[in-house]
Amino acid sequence: MQTFDLEARGLRDLNATLHAQAENTNQTHWEIINPKGSHAIAVGLDAPIEVSVKGSTGYYCAGMNKQATVHVHGSAGPGTAENMMSGTVIVEGDASQYAGATGHGGTLIIKGNASSRCGIAMKGIDIIVHGDVGHMSAFMAQSGNIVVCGDAGDALGDSCYEARFFVRGSVKSLGADCIEKEMRPEHIAILEDLLERGGCDAKASEFRRYGSARQLYNFDVDNAAAY
Amino acid sequence: MCGIVGLFLKDPLLEPKLGDMLTDMLITMTDRGPDSAGIAIYGAESEGNSKLTVQSDTPDQDFSKLDNELRKMVKGKVSMDVIDTHAVLTMQADQIAIARAALAEIRPSVRVMSQGDTLEIYKEVGLPKDVAARFNLRQMSGTHGIGHTRMATESAVTTMGAHPFNTGTDQCLVHNGSLSNHNSLRRKLRRLGVHIETENDTEVGAAYLTWKMQTGSTLGEALQSSLDDLDGFFTFVVGTKDGFGVVRDPIACKPAVMAETDQYVAFGSEYRALVNLPGIDTARVWEPEPATVYFWSHNAAPTAQEKAA
Repeated sequence: MQTFDLEARGLRDLNATLHAQAENTNQTHWEIINPKGSHAIAVGLDAPIEVSVKGSTGYYCAGMNKQATVHVHGSAGPGTAENMMSGTVIVEGDASQYAGATGHGGTLIIKGNASSRCGIAMKGIDIIVHGDVGHMSAFMAQSGNIVVCGDAGDALGDSCYEARFFVRGSVKSLGADCIEKEMRPEHIAILEDLLERGGCDAKASEFRRYGSARQLYNFDVDNAAAY
Repeated sequence: MCGIVGLFLKDPLLEPKLGDMLTDMLITMTDRGPDSAGIAIYGAESEGNSKLTVQSDTPDQDFSKLDNELRKMVKGKVSMDVIDTHAVLTMQADQIAIARAALAEIRPSVRVMSQGDTLEIYKEVGLPKDVAARFNLRQMSGTHGIGHTRMATESAVTTMGAHPFNTGTDQCLVHNGSLSNHNSLRRKLRRLGVHIETENDTEVGAAYLTWKMQTGSTLGEALQSSLDDLDGFFTFVVGTKDGFGVVRDPIACKPAVMAETDQYVAFGSEYRALVNLPGIDTARVWEPEPATVYFWSHNAAPTAQEKAA
């Protein structure tokens, strides 16, 4: 276990040190102390290492992550795990707005609540939220899954494409072209796997599925007034 | 982008440290707003007296013998404390309006930063750490205060464009965001006789709240109606004699974090601003909901939208 004091050594040193870890590094466990809400902690990692952040983080923690596991033992600021490609990011507390935005792959687990625009423009990431998600979550979501064990805010899945949204609680409102869909056995199987990966104490049968009505994919002259 | 910090104390033992804690919070928000900074601080009340905080670009000239000259024009005592480009004029509360009129005549280049029984506003162009040092913010004590670091997007970098804005007696406003209908609203408010000095969007927001309250709204009602009448992005933090309030626009893309313990309620644009507050590790930390008015008050009988501390 390597311990890195962020307050003492600074952000550039931290990220340079983590970037220097190769695929076959033997320094696989890192602990970051004194994060104090700093921005851009552990961004752009590309090695199978485990990074544990002992406290809360600011903007863009674990952005562009590949392969690594980043575990935030606190709450996370805006843009956490933004554009993640692979690997796992776990937030023990709450996550601020646009967590997992544009994520292509990997798993983001938020044990508290996620704020607005969670999973905006997601492109394949799986996001598992133990609590609630805020308004405009999954806006323009293209692919991947969001699991919400609590409630979803206004305009869930507005203008979404082929992403799946599983919500256990209430949905304040659905966005344009987002509808409730039938939960078939294959969706139950996908959700059970997600719940297990996310460490959620919830049954797949308690959830409803939402997704695209596919009415906005092509220009329709009858909708011209709405543009 | 701008930075906002706010601190409302529940524990009177922290009052001597208010300026110190707010200064650290303000400096942490420097990279959200390095061009100007300001602070509104609610200090001790002296029975029957009220304060005008004024600013001048030529303080040596403007503040010279200003108290003596005002004494001839208003009833009772007038005292003056000069702090850098600002001066705090203390006088009988019922003489404030007369003093403001007199100032406009005898010192036309002096600008009124704030008016109130406990409120003082200090703001200038420059890095937050330099602004804080000029006004010796660390030494100030009080019950609550709000600070702002500005990165101008809508209007010029000037003292008058800096925040906080005084919206009425003992009331102030700071803003992170940009209002998009400020020109039309400014024209409307000016037609209604509201004085608006600059082309700054936040000043229009402040003038709007002042006008709503002058025409019968409570602060809570004025904030609520701002959600309908103001277009654009905003996180507002407002201060009153008794407390402070927070409201975010319905889109809520401007960040806001709050923390509450038995000792204080704190606001920061980012969690970073709060990390050195006492007991932060066990504080309740959350993001205020969009389009929701929050209020904390020392008033023992809070209204429906206030929360007694």
